[in-house]
Amino acid sequence: MYRSHVLVCGGTGCTSNHSGELIEALEKNIKEKGLEEEIKVVKTGCFGLCALGPIMIVYPEGCFYSEVNVDDIPEIVEEHLLKGRIVKRLLYKETVEAENVKPLSETNFYKKQHRVALRNCGVIDPENIEEYIAYDGYAALAKALTEMTPEDVIKTVIDSGLRGRGGGGFPTGRKWSFTAANKADQKYVVCNADEGDPGAFMDRSVLEGDPHCIVEAMTICGYATGATEGYVYVRAEYPIAVQRLQKAIDDARAYGLLGKNIFGSGFDFDLFIRLGAGAFVCGEETALMTSIEGNRGEPRPRPPYPAVKGLFGKPTTENNVETFANIPQIILHGAEFFNTMGTETSKGTKVFALGGKINNTGLVEVPMGTTLREIVEDIGGGIPNGKKFKAAQSGGPSGGCLPASLLDIEIDYDNLVARGAMMGSGGLIVMDEDDCMVDIAKFFLKFTVDESCGKCTPCRVGTRRLLEILEKITSGNGTMEDLDRMEYLCKYIKENSLCGLGQTAPNPVLSTYQFFKDEYIAHVVDKKCPAGACKDLVNFEIIPDLCKGCTKCARNCPVGAIEGSVKQVHTIDTAKCIKCGACIDNCPFKAIIKK
Amino acid sequence: MVKKISTIPFKGTPDQKAQLDAVIAECKDDKSQLMHVMQEAQGIYGYLPREVQVMIAEGMDVPLEKVYGVATFYAQFSLSPKGEYDISVCLGTACYVKGSQQLTDKISEILGIAPGECTPDGKFSLEECRCIGACGLAPVFTINGEVYGKITADDVPGILAKYMND
Repeated sequence: MYRSHVLVCGGTGCTSNHSGELIEALEKNIKEKGLEEEIKVVKTGCFGLCALGPIMIVYPEGCFYSEVNVDDIPEIVEEHLLKGRIVKRLLYKETVEAENVKPLSETNFYKKQHRVALRNCGVIDPENIEEYIAYDGYAALAKALTEMTPEDVIKTVIDSGLRGRGGGGFPTGRKWSFTAANKADQKYVVCNADEGDPGAFMDRSVLEGDPHCIVEAMTICGYATGATEGYVYVRAEYPIAVQRLQKAIDDARAYGLLGKNIFGSGFDFDLFIRLGAGAFVCGEETALMTSIEGNRGEPRPRPPYPAVKGLFGKPTTENNVETFANIPQIILHGAEFFNTMGTETSKGTKVFALGGKINNTGLVEVPMGTTLREIVEDIGGGIPNGKKFKAAQSGGPSGGCLPASLLDIEIDYDNLVARGAMMGSGGLIVMDEDDCMVDIAKFFLKFTVDESCGKCTPCRVGTRRLLEILEKITSGNGTMEDLDRMEYLCKYIKENSLCGLGQTAPNPVLSTYQFFKDEYIAHVVDKKCPAGACKDLVNFEIIPDLCKGCTKCARNCPVGAIEGSVKQVHTIDTAKCIKCGACIDNCPFKAIIKK
Repeated sequence: MVKKISTIPFKGTPDQKAQLDAVIAECKDDKSQLMHVMQEAQGIYGYLPREVQVMIAEGMDVPLEKVYGVATFYAQFSLSPKGEYDISVCLGTACYVKGSQQLTDKISEILGIAPGECTPDGKFSLEECRCIGACGLAPVFTINGEVYGKITADDVPGILAKYMND
């Protein structure tokens, strides 16, 4: 028995912030004090509040220490773990109220969250199968194999209302039933962990924080659909996730939870990992399967759907990581546990990766139907530096921007699609008044042009032409006819591309054009970038009243574009200026502005 | 995706070839392992020059054009050698809105190379990558896998100096 547990986040965010060194220092200090029999250090998955990493929680008190440094460790061990005195200066300030430590669940960041897919992340040691089992792990698999028929399992998943969390939102149970209905000598289960949407990292966190739940869910899916082999296709950029998942698979095999005759039921199932190699299009299900087969990851036309002819030409069920992460809870607690949360058409919870211009960057899981305002203002803690909210980008390169006027919409699949955005995998990037929406559209288009696999012409050529129009606009050479051509081209690419990548590629352009038309017109007609982000349309100016003639700007200008003598007002030669911003950064009087 | 093909002469060692042969021997009966073999080969040689692609094609008994096709399709495979210090700036959305483009510009300015290039002395190479998933620390870049987060362009010279004097 340990009297105290210290949970240290071992997710990618905190690991990048050196949480591994914290664990080493903790173990060393605990040993020096002779406390190793009394205190256990546990490396867990992601707690979600990445902005404050590295994070550790000490139980039973539930003290949430944030932004911990290696130098703080001796004090924590000496004061807190040895003498029982909490190190107040390191506590997350929201957890301190009138000298008392408030439970984490009462802080703004966690209060409105409801964790189903992430329930074990930051709670258990992901590399210890026994901790997973202690938290009801593999109980759902046992229930499915010993008490339920495959039809019961599928019915439960259908009744739960779970829809695919990878972006499409197709009902998961129906997908399973299609594969189950096809007879074949071999069927497969595939888990899509090729999280290519930049700005989304929930799948990585699930794999890092709770890998066994994916092993369990895929095995249940195999039982329900009649498959005996599964593949997890993970991005090679996620080394921690790959290593923990491999350990989970090895441990599950050793415990008889994978392999032959699981739970004595006569059901066989085994799992393998395949690494992606950095291609966004491989998130599309047919492209992903082509990639697992060892080919260029090009999509192929559907039908035939994977349920008929999928991986290696056999019936295959493919789901995303977060979708699978919900399955064990649904099987264990029944469909009603899940379908009583959420909205009419979107049940359960959704994980969002909050990023960009927001105070609490990190992972949040909320019931479907939570408003954008609650996520941004209450959970996310608002916009830093007193700036104003301009838009939230949801759904990555396939999604759209939601402006401030839509802050009060309830977020679910259909509400987002109706407004030109989409759920996507759940990346939610917040932008403030300094972000130019035309520039953001251009950013996403560059991404799609890079990632277009080249198989079909509308996507390969169309997105490139679209990018050229945007570049023309942001460089100040656009015309009103370009805007019309842009809209036409968007529509054409959407209607004629082969796969989801091309069909959704114009969304960032269309949605920014819909909500921020003024900004496009300002670029085209006034040749101005209202946000001051497009270099070609911005000029630097010195405000005479504020300039003290200190010469600092002139000395820091790399191209000698600033003239003026000591104690005289300086001027910028806009013909020479390369708009690098060095003068603004160096002016002590804030006398230089972008216009 | 356009890839730069290296003109630097191939300098593989017998030891590296033995390592690759071992990987191929293990995988050659399963053609779907081609990407795995190529990933391992890149780990052994640091990149995939034509000579290595030929070894893989012959060992796995697949056409060379297929190996080349796969190598040019995926961002991870490199046809030119990386620098001793491989710098990778994240251009995911979260990093982009927090100014990762300025980081790339600054690094380019200091090292005198554009993304996708390597310094003439072979010390540094620079590339832009898509989301490494450390969005909470945006903007980030990595040097040989070591993550530098919450960085501004002003921090860049100090960080690079550490490696330059090595």
